[in-house]
Amino acid sequence: MPNLIDKGTWVEIERIVLAAGERAPQVPDDTQRVPLVMRVKGFLMAAATVGTEVEVVTAAGRVSRGMLREANPAYSHTFGSPIGALAGIGGEVRAMLRDQGRIR
Amino acid sequence: MSHTKYEDLMAQRAEIMRQSVGLDYAQYTTGALAFDYERLLTDTGYNVEAAAAVQSHTAVGNTPLVELENVTALVRVVAKPGKGARIFIKDEAANPSGSFKDRRASLSIHEAKKRGYQGVVAATSGNYGAAVASQAAKAGLRCIIVQEAFDSRGVAQPEIAEKTRACEAYGAEVIRLSVGPELFYVFLGVLKDTGYFNASLYTPYSILGIETLGYELAGQVRHQTGRFPDVVIATHAGGGNVTGTTRGLRAAGAVDTEMVAASVDLSGLHMASDHDFNRKSFTTGHTGFSMPFTTWPDRVDVPRSAARPLRYMDRFVTVSQGEVFYITQALAELEGLERGPAGNTALAAAFAIARELNENQVIVVQETEYTGAGKHPLAQLNLARQMGVDVVRGDPKGNKPGERIVIPEHPVQINIVDVDLDHVRRSYLSKAIDTLPKGTHLSDVDFDFLVAETRTNRQYVQEVVDALQRKTG
Repeated sequence: MPNLIDKGTWVEIERIVLAAGERAPQVPDDTQRVPLVMRVKGFLMAAATVGTEVEVVTAAGRVSRGMLREANPAYSHTFGSPIGALAGIGGEVRAMLRDQGRIR
Repeated sequence: MSHTKYEDLMAQRAEIMRQSVGLDYAQYTTGALAFDYERLLTDTGYNVEAAAAVQSHTAVGNTPLVELENVTALVRVVAKPGKGARIFIKDEAANPSGSFKDRRASLSIHEAKKRGYQGVVAATSGNYGAAVASQAAKAGLRCIIVQEAFDSRGVAQPEIAEKTRACEAYGAEVIRLSVGPELFYVFLGVLKDTGYFNASLYTPYSILGIETLGYELAGQVRHQTGRFPDVVIATHAGGGNVTGTTRGLRAAGAVDTEMVAASVDLSGLHMASDHDFNRKSFTTGHTGFSMPFTTWPDRVDVPRSAARPLRYMDRFVTVSQGEVFYITQALAELEGLERGPAGNTALAAAFAIARELNENQVIVVQETEYTGAGKHPLAQLNLARQMGVDVVRGDPKGNKPGERIVIPEHPVQINIVDVDLDHVRRSYLSKAIDTLPKGTHLSDVDFDFLVAETRTNRQYVQEVVDALQRKTG
């Protein structure tokens, strides 16, 4: 039995705006082969399970319709691991200014 | 949004635009190609002082001008004796939402409120969305931002993911789309359904809002150095930054300052390609925008763009992604300023140009922007690696957009590549002629307009146009 997500939960929904092959004529082939997908967040208007058609009230107060993707969608963007190719730059440029007597 | 067919909705474009911008652009048409650009701007009623008054109410503008003494010293390490101009940076990250885009949003939101709109909509994946959302929050207006945010695998560009978060933090509804120019179709649908104001980046309000930046900058440089800046560099994408900043400089009397437009070179990557989308480590300030918008500014979400960069730039240069990442790191570690990619694109170019100038000359990078998770070299380079792009140190000449990012091994390797402005002007004229039905007669008004657009003369325009018309028959 799939989990029922409560009414009022902050969720993300998804909808296909233009199907693959029905894209604007000027888009390149790789884009033409995939659909134009829209995702928007809002408060779920009635309890539902992921993958079903639902309605949400968005932050602008509008009702938007689509397939329920996820409850409490995370902000998962981050910095990630340090990058070796950047790590040495600070020491190198400081050494150049140290040679000039500009910094300690 | 209702499920109107693509073509049906696009056919309603003109009427939707007229209602959502509240400007009748048709009244400014003066020829087959020409329109009265100056009157389009002045009819808004805003000059620099009036714009500054609106902006001061929301703490926009009056940002610090910081001399980058250590970066200048580094330039002089690699410059010939007597060379190496003083570099200053306008710390636009100090604006409420963290970038100069607050200036662009401020007058639009002020107008939207004054005219009784219930909300505002903007199509933008960048800082402008956060700026519109921030200004709308302060004004008590509803806000919807439409972004191109993720590829067909659902992988979000990290910088745009951060903008999504920022817009939502300011209370906006964010419509996130997969890759494609049909974003405009969704945007039109939202305008039609809501009746909200179109806070386009390209209205007169958006451009007039930037004039305060150039104006402030000129005064600050004169106060701190006793002279107007010799060179101002703006990161260039859609053209608003170059246009508004130059107009502001001129309004302050800095008429001899050289205006340089700088973009990250992303040549070879297609802007509407789902495959290429996450192989770009920059989301704006790159040639994917600056080339098409310089050669044809009216490709925008309003009938006539108020951003007309070819009228204002004296020089157009590109830098590579690796050079910008290098200077970003140097700025943080030498000046204690950890800032985002937009201003640092111009800073990489400034570093190279300062080497050509004398020690007593002054060069200004006219913006910084905030940085943070996603919107950072680490996030971009980690994504690049995940997408199979090589990240190495070496000579940036080996840079290949989408395949290899080369971080310089030494500051002497930071260089600019000049874009041939003659080629850009010819391209502009070619696109202008392409918009006309065959056999259209160009009047003197049209020629005067094209001369102003390309900053050339009648003979130049006449020769290029004649050659184009001969070719097309």
